[in-house]
Formats: sequence, C-alpha cells, structure tokens
Amino acid sequence: MTDTPWMTILLLVPAVGALLVAMLPKGQDLLAKQVALGVSLLTLVLTAVAVAQFDTRAGAPRFQFEQHQEWIRSLGVTYSLGADGIALVLIALAALLVPVVLLASWDAVEELVDVEGPDAKLTPNKSVKSFFALMLVLESFMIGVFAATDVFLFYVFFEAMLIPMYFLIGMYGGPRRAYAAVKVLLYSLVGGLLMLAAVIGLYVQSGRSTFRWDQLIHQDLDHTTQVWLFLGFFIAFAIKAPLFPFHTWLPDAGAESPTGGAVLLVGVLDKVGTFGFLRYCLPLFPWAAHELAPYVIALSITGIMYGALLALGQKEMKRLVSYTSVAHFGFIGMGCLAFTTQAGTGAVFYMVNHGLSTGALFLVIGFLVDRGKSRLISDYSGVAKVAPVLAAMFFISGLSALALPGLSTFVSEFLVLVGTFTRYKVAAVIATTGIVLAALYILLAYQRTMQGPLGGLGEKVKDLKAREVAAVAPLLVLMLFLGFYPKPVTDIVNPAVKATMQDTGDTDPKPTDVTATGEKG
Amino acid sequence: MNTDQITAPSIAYLPLIPILVVFGAATVGVLVEAFVDAAQRRVVQIAVAVLGLAIAFGYVVYLADQGTNRLIAESALAIDGPTLFLQGTLCLLGIGSIFLLAERKLDASGGEVVSQASHLPGSREDLALVDSGRVQTEIYPLAMFALGGMLLFPACNNLLLMFVALEVLSLPLYLMAGLARRRRLLSQEAALKYFLLGAFASAFFLYGVALIYGYAGSVDLGDILTATGTTGHSDALLLLGIAMLGVGLLFKVGAVPFHSWTPDVYQGSPTPVTALMASCTKVAAFGALLRVFYVAFGSSKWDWRPMMWAVAILTMVVGAILAVTQTDVKRMLAYSSIAHTGFILVGVIAVNRDGLSGTLFYLLTYGFTTLASFAVVGLVRDSSGEATHLSQWAGLAKRSPEVAGVFTFLLLALAGIPLTSGFMAKFAVFKAAQEGGATALVVIGVIASAITAFFYARVIVLMYFQQPSPDGPTVAIPSAFTTSTIALGLAVTVALGVYPQPLLDLADKAALFIR
Repeated sequence: MTDTPWMTILLLVPAVGALLVAMLPKGQDLLAKQVALGVSLLTLVLTAVAVAQFDTRAGAPRFQFEQHQEWIRSLGVTYSLGADGIALVLIALAALLVPVVLLASWDAVEELVDVEGPDAKLTPNKSVKSFFALMLVLESFMIGVFAATDVFLFYVFFEAMLIPMYFLIGMYGGPRRAYAAVKVLLYSLVGGLLMLAAVIGLYVQSGRSTFRWDQLIHQDLDHTTQVWLFLGFFIAFAIKAPLFPFHTWLPDAGAESPTGGAVLLVGVLDKVGTFGFLRYCLPLFPWAAHELAPYVIALSITGIMYGALLALGQKEMKRLVSYTSVAHFGFIGMGCLAFTTQAGTGAVFYMVNHGLSTGALFLVIGFLVDRGKSRLISDYSGVAKVAPVLAAMFFISGLSALALPGLSTFVSEFLVLVGTFTRYKVAAVIATTGIVLAALYILLAYQRTMQGPLGGLGEKVKDLKAREVAAVAPLLVLMLFLGFYPKPVTDIVNPAVKATMQDTGDTDPKPTDVTATGEKG
Repeated sequence: MNTDQITAPSIAYLPLIPILVVFGAATVGVLVEAFVDAAQRRVVQIAVAVLGLAIAFGYVVYLADQGTNRLIAESALAIDGPTLFLQGTLCLLGIGSIFLLAERKLDASGGEVVSQASHLPGSREDLALVDSGRVQTEIYPLAMFALGGMLLFPACNNLLLMFVALEVLSLPLYLMAGLARRRRLLSQEAALKYFLLGAFASAFFLYGVALIYGYAGSVDLGDILTATGTTGHSDALLLLGIAMLGVGLLFKVGAVPFHSWTPDVYQGSPTPVTALMASCTKVAAFGALLRVFYVAFGSSKWDWRPMMWAVAILTMVVGAILAVTQTDVKRMLAYSSIAHTGFILVGVIAVNRDGLSGTLFYLLTYGFTTLASFAVVGLVRDSSGEATHLSQWAGLAKRSPEVAGVFTFLLLALAGIPLTSGFMAKFAVFKAAQEGGATALVVIGVIASAITAFFYARVIVLMYFQQPSPDGPTVAIPSAFTTSTIALGLAVTVALGVYPQPLLDLADKAALFIR
C-alpha cells in the first residue's frame, strides 16, 4: 500500500476532463468525444491500478487509500476519502461503465430525433460537447459518493450527482424527458433532504462534533432516536435504490433517459442506495436496523414480485428493463438486511453484476430502439434474422438478467438466497419464485422481438456496428468470467462485509444451516 | 426642572463613521442635484454613492478589526459583532445595488427609472422626456438614505431610535418603488401598497414600543432585559408588546402572514430597486429583529418562541407552495424570498450562538445570490421592457448559454444544492435549530426546501429543455456595472459553497450581542 491519494486522483481526473471538454471551442465535436473517451479510459486504468494495490490479505485494514483533510472546521466537516472492498468494487463498476457508455453513445446526440406535433417545442438540444462533459462530471461525483468517508461529504456528492443526471435526462432524453427529469430530481431531493435532517440529527445526537464516519459508528444512541435517524437515511436510500414502494420514478426515468444516461442511472447511481444501507444504515443504527429489517425484507420481497409482474405486463422495452431492475433491487435490499456474510457479499456482488447485466441490456435495447425509432415490443418481430449479433447480445444479456448458471448474476443471486435462507426462510423461498418470473419476462420479450417471421419495424434494423459491439462485449465477457471465477471480486468484498457485520454485532448462524441449504440449492 | 440642566449626551463618533459617511454621501447627493450640471450629474452621483459606501465598508472592516464592541450615545446604539457584520454586508450589497441602478445600456430609453413619474406613460410629455435624454439621478441619494437607515437599523439598541431608522430606510423605498419607466401603473400601485401597508406596520411597531415602555419604563433594550428578569411588571403588556413589535419587524422581513405586499412590490418596482429591497432590506430588518428578540427578550424566549415557530412554519410552507403557482419570474423570486425568510427564522428560533452565526451567514449568502438573480432578470428583455413572464424564458439557454448558466447556478444555490453557498447556509441554520431542540421545524424546513426546488427546477426546465419561440425575448448585453454585480454575486455564491470556513469563522466571531 502506498500513500498515493488514489481516491482524490480518481475523483479529479474525470472532473478535469469534463472541464477540458467543456472548454473546447464550438464545432470540435469529434475532439470532444475523443477527449472524453480518453479521460474515461485513463480513469479506468487508474482504477485498475488502485484495485491491484488494494490489500486483501487477512488483517489488512478495512479502509485503504485513506485521506483526512479538514474542510469546514466549525461544522466538523472533513474531506475524508477512502475505500473499503464494497466501495472499491462499485467505483470500479462506475469507472468501467462510463467508457462503455461513452463508446455506445458516440453518435447518440447527433441521432436524436426531432419531436413533432404538439410537443415540437420540446425538440432536443443538441450540444455534443455538454453531453460528454456532463457524463464525466457524473463519473467524478459517482466516484466521490462511494469514496466519501465523511457523512457530510457523502451527502454533498449524493445531491450533487443529481444535477448532471437531471441535465442528461432533460436535454437528451425522450419525448417526455422534462417530466422525467423533474420527477427524478424531486424524488431524490425529497429523500436527500430527509437524509439531511437525519445527518444533522446524527451529528447533534452524537455530540462528537464530527461528521467522520469512523468516529460516528459504535455509539449507543437511544432506540427511539435510532429509529428516526434510520428512517431518515433509509427513505433516501430506498428512493435511490429504488425499493418498492419508492420506485415509481424509475420506469419514467429509465424510459426517457438517453440510453447512456439510463445505464449509469440504473447501473451505478441506484447502487448508492443499497450501498448506503450497508455503509450507513446498518453500522450507524444497528439496533434500529435489526428491529426494522423484517419490514425492509418484506418490502424487498414485494418489490421482487411486483417488479417482475409489472415487467411481464410492459409493452415498452425500456420500461420493461426498468421494472426488472425494481425486482433485482428487491434481491439486493434483501441481501443487505439479512445480516449474514453470505447474503451481504452476495448483495454487493449482485450490485456489480446488475450494473453489468442491466447495463448491457439497456445498451442493446437502446441500439434496437435507435434503429427502429420505437420502444414498443409489438413493433418488432424476427429481428434475429437481419441482425444476428444484436439478437445474440440481447439473448446473453437477457440470460444474465434471469440469472442463468454460468453467468455471474447467478452466483450473486444464489449467495443472496442462501444467505437470507439461514435467517428468513420464508422470505428466501418466496423470493425464489421471482427467478421463475424473470425467466418469463425476459424470454417472452426475446421471443416476441427477435424470433418469428421478420416483420414490423424489424425490417429496418441493421446489425450492430463494430463500435457498438466493442461497447457491449466487455460487459458480457466480464459476466461470463465472473460467473465461473467470482473470487477476485468476492475476495475484495468479503472482508468489508465481515467488518460491517461486526459493526452491527452480528455473527453468522451456525454453519450446519448453511451447508444444509447449500445442498438444497 | 430647568432646561439648562439637561446635558447633551456624550457621543463617541468614531464607531458611527460608517453610518455618518453614508448619510453624508446621501446629503452630498442632494447638493449635487442642486448644483452640478445635468450632463455630469449621473457620473458624479454614482461616484459619490459608491465612494461613500466603499469608505463605510473600509471603516467597518477597521472597526471589526479593532474588535469594537461597545454601546454608544447613552447606549442608544450598539456597535458590536452582529452590527458590524451586517453593516459590512450591507455596504457591499449596496454597492452592487447602486451599480444596478447605474445601468443604462439595457433599456433603449436609458435606465429602468423614470425621471418624471407623474407623466402618463406614452403621453406627449413622456415621449418628450425620453427624447430629451434626461435621466433620473435623484434615485442615488434616495438609495443612499435608505442604505443609511439600513446601516443604522441593526445597530439600534433603543426602540425609539429603531423606529426612526425604520422610517428612514422605508420612506425612500416607498418612493423608489413607484419610479419604474415601464409598466408604470403597476409600479405606482406597488408603491402605494407598500406605503400603506408599511405605514400600518410602522404603527404596530410604535404601539409595541409604547406597550413595552409601559412594561419596562424604558425603551432601552438592556433595561427591558433587566425588567423581564424582575417581578412586579404586567406580563400582559410585555406579551402584547412583543407581539406588536414582532408584527412591525416581521412585516419588513416579509414573513407570513405579513407578507402580502412582497410579490406585488417586488414585481412592480424597477428591477434594480427590487434587488435593493430583496437583498439589503431583508438583511437590515433581520438584524433589527435579531437584536430585539435576542437582547431585549433574550430571557423571555419561552414567551415568543411558540409565536415564532408558527410564523416560521407558515412562512416556509406558504412561501414555497405559492411560489409554485407563479408565472412571473419576479413574483416567483418574491415568494421564494418569503420561503427563505422562513428558513432564516429557523435560525433565529434556535436562540443559541450557532443560531445567530448561522443566521448572519445565511443573510450574507442570500443577499448576494438574490442580488445577482435580480440582476440577471433585468437582462432578459423584449420590445416592451423586461420579459418577466416565465413562458418567455423558454429556450433561453439556446439564445444565451452564459446567462442561462449563471441563472441556473443561482437557482441551484437558492434551492440549497450542495457546493453552493445556499446549501451551506441552510445547513448552518438547520444544524443550529436542531441543537436548539427544534427538530420538527427542521423536518418541515427540509420538506419546504424540496417544494422550493420544484419551482426552481421548473425554470431550468424552461430555459434548457424547451425551444425558444421565434418572437421571444433577447438577452441584452449589459455594461460593466451589471456585469460586475452579477460576477460579485456569483463569486460569493461559488466561493462560500466550496470553502465557507473563513466566513463561518467571521460570523461565529461576530455572533455575540452586547447587552
């Protein structure tokens, strides 16, 4: 381990890149794209170096690359960054998805269609430069939100993240993008502001005059206070995640976002919610977390079933994917609150895999919609005949969404279910039926659009370009690789999850239980 | 008692210099009107006003540096931390406002302010006036008198003097509100409304002074505090007096239910005058409110806190909700200023040192952000003057990315998004309130913040996500005056959002009233 301030570097590189892109003279669109892609690739390489330096040996400190700098002394705010295994893999996910998204959105801004009819004045704004600059700003904030180890700093990134997302949806999204953008902003802001009240409450109640996370945990807050503060944080995270019944913004946002924005929104931004459960809700308010866990798990299961059923009924592809995410976030939420190492590790691994799998699915569907100019499933038929590569990629990403063994999503879903089963048997059993539904909604959508006689808008579809294949392929390869060999990720995540369990004072149920369920699974 | 037995009070003049300089500059301004040739008048007036405020600011800094903390003029005036902090703020905001008044490049007829408001708009006399190229220059001494009153207002340690300061700052404002060149009827209606309601509120204030005198036998804030600590006084007088004084002061800060003048006056007044009222008047009035409630009624806080709670909640909620329905950008900013009054009251209610310093910090950040916002509003114009209807702002980002970007940032600051000064300010007062045990108020405050974010976001939607209509307004290119005011407001908003520590320290150091 070195003293290099990795987290600050990772944060600054995209921020400086964004500034650079924004300052390019008008008309230099290609250069803007190249600079943005270059910066995001540089960030990815730097992230890889940081991950390689992360010490996973037993006894290594939980937080590494730590930095503590005074920021606002009189408010007790510090500029504290650092990464534990959980944060690190999510930072890596963000750093991976941004170049992928930039590559996939290479021509997205130019290809925006003008809206006709009564909404004509809603015709998109077409500044290529600001699209790519906003993406990089978003990347910087996403890395910051995971790397912050000061609750105040976390809040700052948590809210700031919204602004570039708001502009990405509002300026480059679909026909109802203004509505969707405001909806995303308001939902998140309401949650965020409730969290702000809780953040202040935590500071005042603790009496420790600091916002540093490591100095706020392990305190004995009285139970009522814990419940209120927990709720303040929880609602913000549940909206972000989104957990049923706080999910209603996601389908609109997912459908109206530009494809690249949707991938980052669902793939990374939403993970801040479930990440927040593990990093903030559990260790800061362990009593309340235990007390309220059954309710959260009940919500999660409802989300799994509800999301799956609604996905089944969707006519629009992007909305379908959004609802599948509601179901998947049910699994993640359940894993976070099950208080077993397996479920916790599974949940974190699930976050990564969901980013890869939904990212791929959103991208492929985005390619399809860009070609056919319609999001309706019923408008397409037999696409596989004219666009076999697109169909194949759709198929693989679909399979990953339904957690087929051999793909990494299977490993994480299995871990979550097994880990939950040891504590909440009924919940795990019900959740398992969600997998069946997942198979239904994915395979039906595939069958309707890709199989059958060529028809509808299917005739207009051309196969993927090399650039598009290059964007999606890394995600699919990674899912296959981690499906067979998840150890690199789980090794990084496991110590952090164990530490979280220690913070909440939990130990795993007797191992015999685990083997028993293991055999069943 | 013979008259010759009354000795003149000994007054230490040094700490009064900022106030005296501003009043002096105002008086010089009147003389300039009389003796300087019309052609040079405007330049001389601007120079006098800005110079006066700059000297006052410099002297405030000097006094603060000396750690001045004393009662002067038989304890009628208190030159202490909060006074100096607010006076310094007011001087800077005042310079910005004067710059806005000095702008004449925006309107083809040379400035927002008419020189002969009594002419019917469009009448022959009025057109002749425009042709003559005469510009209104009395507005500068008027503004300076108002600013002088504002510098005095938070320093008053004596209720009678406070009343005088209140009138000194209000009367020029009533007049200035009615001087808009465009939409003159709206402006004159605003002036009349402001005057009538303001006079009404002043009467309440005066009645409160009388009741408090009946209670404590003195109008000196320190004596009132002493009286509340002893028994044998009529509580009815005290409570009624607090309520009446409260009405007078809450009217000036624009708190619900005494807010109804705000939208009309903000909308009708010439935009530079609105900027002056929205930033400076609020700062000064809150300064006086803080002094009255923290010093005179500091130990009777259990009596007035419930009332303030109700007012703060009402102000936040009503301001935020009514702002949502507005279609005029000036009215929207007026309601937003009402909501912000509510947020600042949350800091007042904390009644602890953090509450005071948070409130001071909030006032400064809010003043600069608001000043710059109104300056931007003045830039968006069509042939009939300012285009303040929100629908006219559609697609502004296409016409002028710079102006839209600046306004967006200011709106985000008003909404309290992190990395802007607005967030730090909100955080400071909410934290203080929670330390003071007002958790429920904080929760209502954050909910109201979310509502305010909605209408700020709506403006951003208009500017960025919609197409401009072909006959929409244009963005006028301002002269260096307006540009520097906007730049100043923006710089403060950014700097305090990223690194507020120095100013928080300053506010914290200042946050102690002398008793």
